[in-house]
This record gives sequence, C-alpha cells and structure tokens, in this order.
Amino acid sequence: MPVISIRDLVKTYHVGEVTVRALRGANIDVEPGEFVAVTGPSGSGKSTLMHILGCLDRPTSGTYILDGKDVSRMSKDDLALIRNRKIGFVFQGFNLLSRTTALDNVELPMLYNGAEKLKAAERHKRAMEALTAVGLGERFHHFPNQLSGGQQQRVAIARALVTRPTILLADEPTGNLDTRTSIEVMDIFQRLNVERGITVLLITHEMDIAEYGTRLVRFRDGKIQVDQKIAIRRDAAKELAALPPPEPDVPVPADEVPSEHIGGVV
Amino acid sequence: MSIFMTLLIALKALNRNKMRTMLTMLGMIIGVGAVITMVALGKGAQSTIEEQVKAAGTNLITINAGNFTQGGVRQGGGMSTTLTPEDAQALRSLSGVQYLAAGVNSRAQVIAGNQNWSTQIQGTDVELPLIRNWPTKYGGFFTPQDVATAQKVAVLGQTVADNLFGPDVDPTGQLIRIKNQPFKVLGVMAPKGSTGFGQDQDDAIYVPFTTVQKKLQGIQHINNITVSAATPETAPVSAEITDLLRARHKLMGNDPDDFMVRTQEEMASVRTETTKTMTTLLAAIAGVSLLVGGIGIMNIMLVSVTERTREIGLRMAIGARGRDVLMQFLVEAVVLSLFGGLLGIAMGFGLSAAAEKFLQWPTSIPPNAIGMAFGFAAGTGVFFGFYPAKKAAGLDPIEALRFE
Repeated sequence: MPVISIRDLVKTYHVGEVTVRALRGANIDVEPGEFVAVTGPSGSGKSTLMHILGCLDRPTSGTYILDGKDVSRMSKDDLALIRNRKIGFVFQGFNLLSRTTALDNVELPMLYNGAEKLKAAERHKRAMEALTAVGLGERFHHFPNQLSGGQQQRVAIARALVTRPTILLADEPTGNLDTRTSIEVMDIFQRLNVERGITVLLITHEMDIAEYGTRLVRFRDGKIQVDQKIAIRRDAAKELAALPPPEPDVPVPADEVPSEHIGGVV
Repeated sequence: MSIFMTLLIALKALNRNKMRTMLTMLGMIIGVGAVITMVALGKGAQSTIEEQVKAAGTNLITINAGNFTQGGVRQGGGMSTTLTPEDAQALRSLSGVQYLAAGVNSRAQVIAGNQNWSTQIQGTDVELPLIRNWPTKYGGFFTPQDVATAQKVAVLGQTVADNLFGPDVDPTGQLIRIKNQPFKVLGVMAPKGSTGFGQDQDDAIYVPFTTVQKKLQGIQHINNITVSAATPETAPVSAEITDLLRARHKLMGNDPDDFMVRTQEEMASVRTETTKTMTTLLAAIAGVSLLVGGIGIMNIMLVSVTERTREIGLRMAIGARGRDVLMQFLVEAVVLSLFGGLLGIAMGFGLSAAAEKFLQWPTSIPPNAIGMAFGFAAGTGVFFGFYPAKKAAGLDPIEALRFE
C-alpha cells in the first residue's frame, strides 16, 4: 500500500484579482521506503505540492491519502496532529530556536505530542538517540550559534526524526550549505532511507542533489512532467570517502558571532 | 496539550530572551510596587489617626460656640459669643456628663528670662487632665481656687517648656510673662504629641479660663466646652447637651443651633474619610502606572510575535495547533505579569519599610491589597496578552515559515 497517494490534486490561490493555478491535477503514489526527489523550476508547483503533502495546506480539490487516511479534508487542528505524528520537516533555513540547546531543539516536537504523553526522561532519551543517529552525539548541549551550518541542519534532521514520522519532507535542505556539507547531509538522508527504510521526499532544484534519490519527479506548470526511476543513484557515503578529509571543526565562540548572522536560527 | 506542557514551553521561550523578559516585567513591577506602597502609606496614616483618636478618649464631646451657618452668615466655630460659663455650669447637672471644662483660647508671645515663644494660651478648667487622661510631668495643675479667683498661674506644654527653659529643666515656681503680666508656672504637662488634626498639643500654655477672660482678653463668653461622657456611648449625651443648650439659649422649633456639638467619633470619622479618599486617589494614580505596565506587556508581546514569526511557523509545522500557540503566548504574558506582580509586591514591601525607617511614616499593608494587586496583574496579563496571542495563533504556517 502506498504511503502517499494523491489523485487529481488541484490548488488555486487568489492573490487580489489574480487567480494562480499552482497545481492543475497531480497524481503520485509513493511506496514506503522510496526516496523521491521533486524538482522543477520556481513557480512549477513543487512548493505547493510540498505544503499539501506536509499538511500545512489543504488542496482545492482532489484527494490526498497519507498512510491510509484521507487528510485532504481534515480540520486545521487535526492536520496539526498529523504533522506532529507522521511528518518530519527539514527546511532550507534550518529553523532552529536560538539560545536553545541542540537537545532542547530536538525535544520540541515531543512537547506538542498531545495524546502520546512522554515523560521528560523519555523525551531526553529519544532526543539523544536522534542526535546520535545524525552524528551529533557529542553536541547535545551546544547552542545553534556554536554549530556549523551542516551541524545545524543535522540538528534539524534529528528534530524531524524524533517523533518517528512516516515520511521525511525536506525542502531544499542543502540550499544554504557548501558542497561537502551538502554531501554530508545527503549521506544522512540516504542512510536513514536505506538503513531505517524511512520514506524521504526531497525538494530541490539542483539536479545533482536529486540524483541521491531513487525516483525523480519533475514539475512543470502545476503538473507532473517527468516521473521516473533514477537509473544511476549517487552514493553520498562513497563520495565522502573519496573527498579529502575535512578541515578540523572549530566551534565558533557563542559571544563572537551573533546568532542572527548565522542562517536559519529563529 | 496539558497546561503543564504549555507552561513548560512558555517558560523555555521566556528564558531564551532574559533581557526582554526583564524589561517587560519592569512595567508590572513598578505598577504593582507603586500601588502597594501607596496603599501602605495611606493605610498607615489611617491607622495612626485611629490610634490617636483612641488615645484621646472616645467619650470626648466638644461644644463650640457659633455654627458654620447662623442666620445665613457663615461663621467659624468658636468665634461667636453664644457660650457662657453659666452654660458650662448648667451642663454639669446632666447625668451623662462626667467631667467638664470650659475653654477660652488666645494666642500670645510668652517671655521667660531672655527667651520668648509664640504659643497658644488655652484657658481651661481644673478637670482638663481628667478629661484628657493627661497627667503633669513636673509640678501640678491649677486648683478650683485658682479658677474662681482668676489667678495668674500657668501649666506649660512640653514644647513651650523646652523653648523657654530648655529640655529636662523643671520650671515649676518660675515666672513667665504673658502680655506683660507675670504668671507663675505651676507645672509642665507630660508630652502628648499632636492631635489627629496635626496640632501640637504640647505647644500650648494652660491657664484658668477665668484668667484669660478677665486678665488677658476682657470678655464674658467662652469659646468652647469640653465634656467627657460618663459612658462610651456619646450620642445620647450629645443629644442631651443639645437640648439643654437650646433651652438655655431660648431657641425655638426650627431655629438653627448657635453652637456645635461634636463627638470625638464624628471628628475621627471625618479624618478617616479624608484619609480614605487620599488613599484611594493615590492608589488610583498608582493604578495608572499598573495600566501602563500592562500596555507595555502588550507592546512587547506584539513586537515579540512579529519577531518570532518564523518560530511560530516552525512550531506549527512540527505540530502546534492554533490554540497551542495562543496558549503559549497567553501564558507567557500571564507569567510575565505574575512574576512582575510578585516582584512588585516585594518592591512595595521594601519601599514601605524604607518609608517607615527613613521618613518615620507609619505603613501597613492590608492583605487584600496584595491579593488585589496580584489579581489585577494576572488580569492585565490575560487582557493585554490576548490580542498578541490571538495574532500569533492566526498566522498561516506557510507564510510564517517564509517570513524574513
């Protein structure tokens, strides 16, 4: 059974007098364990699709079945719960809370997990596990401004993982990162996908980043133009091994760089 | 979402920006602190008056000559000539009257040796120490004989004695000159402090009222009569006095009284009312600063919502519902105002203690003022926190996440 199934998805916005037809009937089925890279030029509707898949927005018409449940007509509050339980978001700007430790940032989604009441100790344990899974086992108590961009994005991935979601939605996760760090982040996504079987949906407009996935979906004018398997999948782990070793990680002292100057801290 | 989780989230958020949190609380601290201090000062003044009244004796009745309106002409109490020594004598026959003293007031420059002092000359009767429960410190009071024969004898108040003879000197037997006439000092009254009306009772000289009438002023009437009632219940005695004086003054039916009978309780209640009004006024002014503090909280919360738009977007993306965000901001505002309120109460206590220590101003903080200030602080938090919280909860997560 597909984990995501959308049929004839249409989304129309009204911006003043102008009607924007962002999605004009999209159909996709995503099977569990797939790594789907969604690409397309800006304005093609891929962001709108991501918002609907992420339950941040509702379609104008059409159906969206997530994990066997029709979420296309759910109330805002119910969607919030779905986001909390089934979806893990990773953003281009990492959106970590400033002046908040990595551990506290990762624990944040569990504070909103209404039905599943977790004890503080359990939240801690889960957050530590998630941070360890993304290779930040040593940085629990660092603040975002003491972490490099790649490390911040890994905290964000840990935050997305910690609620054990059905799908991981990554919106341009490497957009703010340099090449090496981008490969590191993609390595984490690939490992989560391969080793844990987590379904990943990745939005990117960089073709080389898309090639880390198993399937490519290309949008154009609100419709799916291309939907194909990626023949030669890139392997981030191998690429990393081939690269020269990274320069030693020098943590930035907290008082020297104001957090505002480092991207993605809110 | 449990209230505990909401509180946890709000506290974490406040903890992230301690400077902003402190500054926002400052308005509340000052507001609540001002209200508590003002009420403490007012209540302190009030209880001082009540104590003074109690000390003066609650069974005191004073009769002043004249009335504030007589025949359409406004007159000051004690300024007219309607009371006579015979009136005073007649009042003694009333069963409710325990002690009685006729009074004539004058003011004069008093000379002793090379010192002089301007003070009140109170002509009174031998029962004054009994009425006021007021013993002498040195020497004794004058006798009925002195009154009957209008002797030039005087008993000094402590302030007068200090100024004419110096402190800790017993002037008994010395001579002083009042309007160029020699008076023999019989004694000094024990210090009594000021009346509830701010008049220094120690700054006066007590002489037989007959002496003031005949030797100093050349008048037949008296200014007032002071009576102590036999029972603490003064109202019936006061009515008896009124009836007797009206009969003696041949006042008919609707004729207004040409004298004024006031009990200590009445005078005290006037004072208390005045102080109450002052306290309310001060508290109201302080309340304005509390209001400004509340608006300050709303202001910062509004700025905070705008500044934290992306944070709100993120919280929504990871599963916060609109009402979770609303509650978070509301709880933040309430926590701010409650902590501010608590610190404000502490500040109120501190300022009151300082006023007591350095200004010798008695203070008392009524428990209900604390409760009210605290309740008002919480109310302010909810009231002024609601609009910013509502604004935060209404944000569209997609827009909020894109916000730069």
